[in-house]
Amino acid sequence: MHFIVCIKQVPETTDVKINAETNTLMREGVAAIINPFDMYAIEEAIRLKERLGGKVTAVTMGPPQAEAALREAIAMGVDTGVLVSDRAFAGSDTWATSYTLACAIRKLGEFGVVLCGKQASDGDTAQVGPGIATHLDLPQVTYVRKIETIDEHHLVAERLLESGYEVIDIPIPCLLTVVKEINEPRLPSLKGKMAARKAELVKWTANDIGATADKTGLNGSPTKVVRIFTPPPRQGGKRLEGEPDQVVAELVKELKSVVLGTAS
Amino acid sequence: MAAESSIRIIEDKCVGCKLCVKACPFGAIAVEDQLAQIDLLKCTLCGACVEACRFDAIDLKKAVETTADLSQYHDVWVFVEQVDGHIESITHELLGEGRKLADQLGMKLCAVLLGSGIGKQSAELIARGADRVYVADRPELAYFQDEPYAAVLTDLVRRHKPAIFLCGATTIGRSLVSRVAVAVRTGLTADCTGLAIDPETRNLLQTRPAFGGNIMATIISPATRPQMATVRHKVMKEAVADPSRTGETVVEAVADALLKSRTRRLNLVAETGNVVKLAEADIIVSGGRGMQKPENFSLLQDLASVIGAAVGASRAAVDANWMPYSHQVGQTGKTVCPKIYFACGISGQIQHLVGMSAADIIVAINKDPDAPIFKVATYGIVGDALKIVPMLTAEFRKMLGK
Repeated sequence: MHFIVCIKQVPETTDVKINAETNTLMREGVAAIINPFDMYAIEEAIRLKERLGGKVTAVTMGPPQAEAALREAIAMGVDTGVLVSDRAFAGSDTWATSYTLACAIRKLGEFGVVLCGKQASDGDTAQVGPGIATHLDLPQVTYVRKIETIDEHHLVAERLLESGYEVIDIPIPCLLTVVKEINEPRLPSLKGKMAARKAELVKWTANDIGATADKTGLNGSPTKVVRIFTPPPRQGGKRLEGEPDQVVAELVKELKSVVLGTAS
Repeated sequence: MAAESSIRIIEDKCVGCKLCVKACPFGAIAVEDQLAQIDLLKCTLCGACVEACRFDAIDLKKAVETTADLSQYHDVWVFVEQVDGHIESITHELLGEGRKLADQLGMKLCAVLLGSGIGKQSAELIARGADRVYVADRPELAYFQDEPYAAVLTDLVRRHKPAIFLCGATTIGRSLVSRVAVAVRTGLTADCTGLAIDPETRNLLQTRPAFGGNIMATIISPATRPQMATVRHKVMKEAVADPSRTGETVVEAVADALLKSRTRRLNLVAETGNVVKLAEADIIVSGGRGMQKPENFSLLQDLASVIGAAVGASRAAVDANWMPYSHQVGQTGKTVCPKIYFACGISGQIQHLVGMSAADIIVAINKDPDAPIFKVATYGIVGDALKIVPMLTAEFRKMLGK
């Protein structure tokens, strides 16, 4: 079976710092990584391939440097990396991004399961996975925490809910978005790293995938960012000091009205 | 959406001061030879640099959109999230916020209720502020299924043309409206924490955190309708029920073709025990590595049950299998904004902070006086959580007379 993983290169947010003087995000020297949630999607695709046979293709839309993310995926065990890159894609919102990725997936031909991370760590929208499914008219299960069974025509997945989970049968082809609970991503093997270095990546432009200008990039994006600002930094409050029983009594006094307010 | 947008540096005016470099949230500007250069692959034309530039050296042209007639779109819609016919609290929050927006625009507030045998819930929605309730009542809609829910909503949106469509940023909400927005070719903004109406354009200003809350972005959908947004839990104030309010209920005929689902729910497994949902909780008691072993989470559970709180956990505690993943707060877990967040034995790594720093009050209990959690804590106690938490439980019990 052909498994397709959609991945995104994101800034390693642990390194994102606010410049105290200008109060803006310092992006210089911030390393780029694969979106942490996509790592679980990559791992799950590789495991499914190991179970059923077939191949895994990783697709990313991004600037030329997003190539690094594809090579990392190949080092883990992905067979082919596809970089969808074009100036025309700059400024894409989730509508345009899901359209562009859907065009690329369509060009890849036959496939069984498309896997995505539940959301990206920079935008946090969780909209691109279901968006791709809609563009491709695929059924979906989001927030998958486990794939119970899979054969050529169906799979059974567990979707994590706010309190509990549901077990869903879904026909193939389909799209899944996965959560961290689903697996533990492997580290790349030495052999994988070698393969990644030598791998020839597929590089497609807007033209190659037949994506039209009115649906891509900034002009194809219904949403526009009109303002960006830093929230006022959270101020540390007071340290409660003294004997534990004093401190606890003081804290309970401070919180009393809020706790009583929520109890109603 | 035709005309091209563009951005360029006016070379005569640029002095290479780097103010724009600092202002750019996307790292798209570099200064070379005293001249700013914009990397168009990274630039999103957000305009932060234009505001920062003191020399008017950046020329930003945003395309003027030629659009369909937006005036035929009216009313503010709220998607009603229901489980077993019980309306979830997020819906009350959306009705509270939607009412304000509708009043400002002089429009109706409408609730959209999908389910089976749920028509009687209409009265509650009207009491909470809805002027009109659209009801799609079919056995196939008894519980959330992605395809029929998305198809029915898409159909309702196409026929009734709302101006604004709000939905909770919940598991269901995010899975559902992402499909609807793509299908009707409109803008959708995720996880909003602020909504307002631009008095000039009457566009919906949708403010949301990005980059893990390090920056906030205000987003509009100027050329398409409805303007769709998912809204974060516990940020907006719940609408108060007023049984004397009146409104109309419109029962929609639903075409069979819309109800097809390729997926089939085989089973629903509810989490056992007395669980308060993290996302809905007014108070959360969270534990981290400092709780030392899984059994000690019962101390947190005790405190939680006395004050009606949910129990959360840091990634460290989840990775150690002390708590299930569904309780994880932070970047790879849940984002929460309760009124009070107790961080017990949690050091406060940035990945954890992005998930909880929107709480009104943060109480940190940690042995390490230098733990980063104290930098964001409203109240900090340096001490052993294993000792302090049971004392807190006892004190609260006394106060509440339990």
